[in-house]
Parts: sequence; structure tokens; C-alpha cells
Amino acid sequence: MSEKELGQKWDRCLADSAIKLGTGLGLGIVFSVVFFKRRTWPIAFGTGLGLGMAYSNCQNDLRSHYVLHSKVAKVCVLIIDIIYYHVLSWSDVT
Amino acid sequence: MLRVCWKGAHAAARQCVCGKVKAHSLQHCRKYTTAGDSGSTAGKIVAASLLTVGGGLGGTILYAKWDPKFRANVEKSVPYSDQLFEMALGPPPPPLVPLQKKPGKIEPLQISSLSEASKESKQPKAKAKKSDPAPMEAPPAVEEAPAPQTLEEASAEAAHIISALGEVPSVPAPGTSDESPPGHMAAGEECKDHHEPVLKERPVEEVTARLAQQDKAEQDALAALTAGLEESLGSTAKTTLQAIGAQEAALTAIAAHTNKLKDAMDSQTPPDEKSAQWKALNEALSERTRAMEEAEEALLKAKGELEKLREVINSAKQSKIDTARPQILAAEENLHSMIVDLDKVVTKVQTAQTEAKIVSQYSELVNEAKAQFQQELANITPEIQANWKGLSGKLSADDLNSLIAHAHRRIDQLNRELAEQRVREQLHIEVALEQQKLEDQKALERAVVSALAHSREDMRLEQEKKDVLFVMEAEMRTQLRRQAAAHTDHLRDVLKVQEQELREEAQEILNSRVMEQETHYRRLTQEQLDTFTLDMNAAYARLKGIEEAIDSHVIAEEEARKAHQLWLSVEALNYTLKSAGADSPTEPLEGAVGVIKESCAENEFAQALATAIPEESLSRGIYSEASLRARFYDIRRLARRVALIDETRNSLYQYFLSYLQSILLFESEQVPPPAKLAPEDLDTFKLLAYATYSIERGDLELAAKFVNQLRGESQRVAQDWIKEARLTLETKQVISLLSAYANAVGLGTTQAP
Repeated sequence: MSEKELGQKWDRCLADSAIKLGTGLGLGIVFSVVFFKRRTWPIAFGTGLGLGMAYSNCQNDLRSHYVLHSKVAKVCVLIIDIIYYHVLSWSDVT
Repeated sequence: MLRVCWKGAHAAARQCVCGKVKAHSLQHCRKYTTAGDSGSTAGKIVAASLLTVGGGLGGTILYAKWDPKFRANVEKSVPYSDQLFEMALGPPPPPLVPLQKKPGKIEPLQISSLSEASKESKQPKAKAKKSDPAPMEAPPAVEEAPAPQTLEEASAEAAHIISALGEVPSVPAPGTSDESPPGHMAAGEECKDHHEPVLKERPVEEVTARLAQQDKAEQDALAALTAGLEESLGSTAKTTLQAIGAQEAALTAIAAHTNKLKDAMDSQTPPDEKSAQWKALNEALSERTRAMEEAEEALLKAKGELEKLREVINSAKQSKIDTARPQILAAEENLHSMIVDLDKVVTKVQTAQTEAKIVSQYSELVNEAKAQFQQELANITPEIQANWKGLSGKLSADDLNSLIAHAHRRIDQLNRELAEQRVREQLHIEVALEQQKLEDQKALERAVVSALAHSREDMRLEQEKKDVLFVMEAEMRTQLRRQAAAHTDHLRDVLKVQEQELREEAQEILNSRVMEQETHYRRLTQEQLDTFTLDMNAAYARLKGIEEAIDSHVIAEEEARKAHQLWLSVEALNYTLKSAGADSPTEPLEGAVGVIKESCAENEFAQALATAIPEESLSRGIYSEASLRARFYDIRRLARRVALIDETRNSLYQYFLSYLQSILLFESEQVPPPAKLAPEDLDTFKLLAYATYSIERGDLELAAKFVNQLRGESQRVAQDWIKEARLTLETKQVISLLSAYANAVGLGTTQAP
């Protein structure tokens, strides 16, 4: 079901973000503890990293449909872009 | 309020988003940014286009003016160009109508043909007419030839008959069984028989003409004869009368003379008158002689005339004209009577003459005696003259004495003679008687002879009359018979003709009736045949109809069975639809559809329909409407949440925004959709509202349509639902079509009681 896809995506996203966040947090904590003398910034950094990665992942996942992956599609898009450009240029000329 | 503000903000956000990105998807940006910055180029372009258009128009108009065909073409092809042309050029030139050929004159061939036909028809008629009179004339001409002959023969025969007085034959009517001219009559009859096929009645006019001719001829002859007879009769009568008159005159003269003589003899009269008497006597005598002569002459004439009359009568007799018979007879009678009268008168005259003779003898004797006496006297008295009567006063005594003596002597003499005479009286008387007897006898004989002759004549005449009468009667009878024969002939002719005419008429009538009857019969038979054929045809048609009906019944029943089967299978299909659970699809419709396909193997429509059912429904089954409805709400929720997400905006932030929007946007859940969708209606929320409204009203199709209008992520989210809805709708449609079709077929095949 297509409607479930989104939910699934969100589930994945959440799960992924949770994992990433946790992992980031954990790694941050670890790194902070291990490498960075229990400074806050690696935790924040790690959390941020994790969050960011999760966010990005989530976004990518959510966006995945709209992003074209094949070469033909890219060529088509290229052609379409060229046409748009020409039309716009002509309109600009006039 | 809040919603409006949010909407405005949203719109502004969208607008600026729109404004930023140039590459628009064609679906969303319906407004083109007409960036007409450089007006001169635009003006140039406008001017150029205007010039082109104007030039085209002008050229078209000019060419149309020159070439009307082109104008017509343009008017035909381009609407309202005719008005333009009319404005510019004026009304179109009238179309050239090709000169129609005048229809050929109705030549009077028909009339001429008619006239020719009439002429032709007339000619045979004329020919027929000509031919008709020709044969018509032929038989009469032929018949005419023998007819006069027959007439002549008949008249000859009649004459024979008439002439033969003694014979009283039953004169056979000529024309039936004639003895003498049988050949001619036979010939005539043969001719008649020969010409019977074209027998036409001897025209009455001819017959009458001929008869008239004959009559005329007869009458002419008769008239001539009668004229002659009458003439002769008249003359004869005249002369006879004259003779008779003369005779009678003579008679009277003789009588007078005799009387006078007697008177003269009588010496009673005084002597004075004696001379007168003697004079008168002489006169009477002369008269008598004259009368006698006249009588003689007249008699001769009369006799001559009588002879002539007789001759004429004989000639008339010889002329053999029957009708003159009575006249001839009359003439003869007249003749006879005249003769008789004449004879009578002659006899009277003769008797008178004899008397006169006697008287004259007596007178002579007396005169002799007187003369003697006178002589004696003269002897005695020589002075006395002869005529002594006148001397009565002059005589002397001597003379007287001598006279007396003479007288005495004479007396004595006479007495003696008387005595002698007395003596001889007897002898004389006897002699005289004998003489008288002889004379009487002679006279008697003569009279007898004449009487006999007269009686004979009378008898003859009577006989002749009788004969004539008889003959006339016979002739009349013959004539009547002839007339009768002619009449019978005529009648026969007429009857024959009538018979023929009637026969022809009857034949014609018969023919016509027969034809009528035949035509009637034919018509009846034809009618019968026709009716029979019609009946047969009708029966055959009915039979055929019945057969066809039966076949169609069979077919219809077959159809009905099939329809029933179809219907049943469709019902089964419908039933399978109901087997859909809340969230689970129905059973796969394959079986039912297979059944349908089997049940309507020949029905293309049903087959098509059955094949039109989407595969998914066949294999997997479809979702029920209720489940779809339920699912819709999920879709709705989701779609609302991801309303902002599309290809361009699909970051997580947008997701958040969209979610926020969905939470904060308050719209009625259900909005009745407008009849026409405007572009602003293509907002997700509106669409969803419409769809909700539709789906709440059970209109899945409309809801699906609205949902189909979603774009972006909403669309992606609703994809499956749309697919399912489409599937369901398709299947339902097909099934409804099928069921309708089955119903229709069922209705069509079922027969109302």
C-alpha cells in the first residue's frame, strides 16, 4: 500500500534516527570520554552527527522517490532543461 | 481568521517559492510570465503580422473580384467571408445557368397517326362498305335477271290460263311449284340459295319499282286499250245510237207514213184535206225514204263501227292483258247490246217496213183501183181529170150518173169479186196463212236464229263474263297467290334477313355473354387461384413464420437460457463481490468470470466485457467499497499531512511544515464539490474535502477522481488507494454492465405473461 509506505518510511526514519542518534550519542560519549576528556562537544557533535545523519537519511529516504537514479532519466531531464532554457531565452529576447 | 492568515502566508510562501524557481512543471504553473520588456521588437512583430494578414486579405479580395469561382470557393470554405466579399465587392455575380434545351415539340405525329389510324380504320370500313354493297347489288342484279323472266313466264302462263277458257286449273302460285318455269324458278331459287349467305332482301324499292313498272306498263297498255276501246265504244255507241235513232226515226217515219197512208186510204176525210193528206203523205213518204236512207247509212256506219269495235275488242283480246278483261267484256257487252238494239230496231224497221209494204201495197192496190176507177171514170167521163177528188164540186149530173153507174158496176164487180174473194177467202186465207206461216216461220226462224244468236251471244258473253269473272277470279287468285307468294317470298326474305340478323345478334350476344362468362369464369378462377395462392402463400408464410417463430423461440429460449445462465453467473459474480471482507479483498473473480466466459462463449459483448475486467480483480479480487472508504480516511489523513510535499519540496523541514499545516488548517471535512473545477480547487485540502464528501455520499468514482487530482506526495500516498479504487470501480462497472446486459438479455428473452 502506498499509504503505508510513508508510515514505513517514517518508521524507518525514526528507527534509523533513533539508532543514529543513539549511536552518535554513544559514539560521542565514547569519543568524549575516550578522546576528548569528557568534553561536551563530542557528545553534542556525535549527537548532532547522528541526528544530522538520521535527518539526512530520513530526508533522502523520504525524497528517494523524487530523486532520479537512472541515466536515461537524467538525459531526459537534461533535454527538458535545455528546452526550458530555450523557451525562457526566447521569451527573454522578446 | 487564523486559517485565512495561514492561508495567506502559505500562499505567499508558495508564491515566493514559485517565483524563485524558473523551471516549472507545466502542471502547476499555468500562468506564463509574459515578459514583454522590449516593446519595439514586439511592435515590429505586431506590425509585421498585421501587414502579412492585411496583404493576404487584400490579395484574396482582389483575386476573388477577378475570379468568381475562387470567390465561391472561399465563401464556401471560410465562414462569413461571403459577407466580407459582399461588403467589399458587392453581390456575387449571378451564376451562369446553362441554356436548357427546350423539350421537343409534341409533334402532331400523334394526331396524324390518329388520323392515319382513323383513315386506315375508315378505309377498311369503306372497303367493307364497298364490298357490302357490291355483293348486295350482285344478288339483286342476279335476282333481277331471273325475276323478270319469271314474271314474263308467269304472265305468259297466266295468259295461257286465261286464254284457255274451258280450263279452270288451280293456278299454282308462281314461285312455289311452277310447272312451266321451274327451271328458271329453280335457278332463281338457286341463285337465291347461292346468295343466301349474303342474302339481302330484294330491296323493296326495286320490287316495288319493278312491280310499279309492270303495273305501269300494264296500266299503260290497259289505258291504251281502254282508251281505244272506249273510243271505239264511244264512236260505236254514237253511231249505233245514231243508227238506232235513225232507225227509229225511220220507224216513226214509216209509221207516220203508214198512218198517213192509212188515213189517206180512209176516205172519211173530206176531199179538201185529201190533197193535204196526199201532200202530207208524200212528204211522209219522202220523209220516210229519207229516214230510211239515213237509217240505212247510219246502220251501215253503225255496223262498220261495230265491226271496228269488234276488231278492236279482238285485238284487245289478243293483247292478253287480264285486267282489261272486264272492260273488254263490257265492251263486248256493249257491242252485243248495241247489236241487239240495232237488230231490234232493224227488225222493228223491217216490220214497220213490211207493214208499210202491206199498207203501201194496199195503198197501191187502192191506188190501182182508184186509178182503174179513174180510168174507168175517165173512160166514162173523159173530162174528169185524174185528181178527181178535187172535182167534187164540178161534176155534172151525167157525170154523176155515169159515175154512179160506174160505181154500181164497180160495186157489182166488187161484189162479185167479193163473193169470189169470199169463196176464195178460205183459200186465200189459207194461202195467206201459209204464206204468213211461211213468213212467220221465216221470221220466226230469223227471229229464232237471231234470238239464238243473241242468246248465244248473251250466253257467250255471260260465259265470257263468267269466264272472265272466273278467270278474273282465277287471275285474282293467281295474283293473290302471286302476291301471297311474293309476300311469302318477301316474308321469307325478311324473315331470313331477320333471322340472320337475329342470329347474328344472338350470336353476338351469345359471344359476348360467353366472353363475359368466360372472362368472369377466368376472373373467378384467377381470383380463386389468386386467393388460393395467397392462402397458400399466407399459409406458407405462416408456416415459415411459425417455423421461424419456433426457431426463434428455440433460439430465444436458448438465448433465454444463456441469458439466464449469464445472469446467474453475473449474479454469482456479484455475490463474489460481496465476499469482500473488511480489509481483505474479495475472492479472486477468476472463477466467476470464467463461468461467465463459459456461459456466454458466443456473446462478444459479454466476452469483451468479461475480458475487460482487470487482471488484478481476476487474480486477486477487489476491495469492497466499504473497505475503500475506510481506507480513504487514512489516505486523507496522510494526504493532508504531506500536502506540501512534492518534487520540489520534499525536505524534512517541508514535511514538518506540511504536518504543521495539516494540524493547523481547519477545513470542513466535507465540502460539496462544484460542478466545474476551477484551478484554485486543485488544492489538496479542497480536493480531499470534495473527495470526502463524495465518498460519504457513496460516490467512489468522484472521490477517486478528486483523489486522482492530488499531486506530489499526496498523490504517491494515495496511489495505491487510487489503484484499488480504480480496480474496484472498473470491475464494478464491468460487472454492472454485465449484469445490466444480462438483465437486458433476460428481459429481452423473457416473455411477459
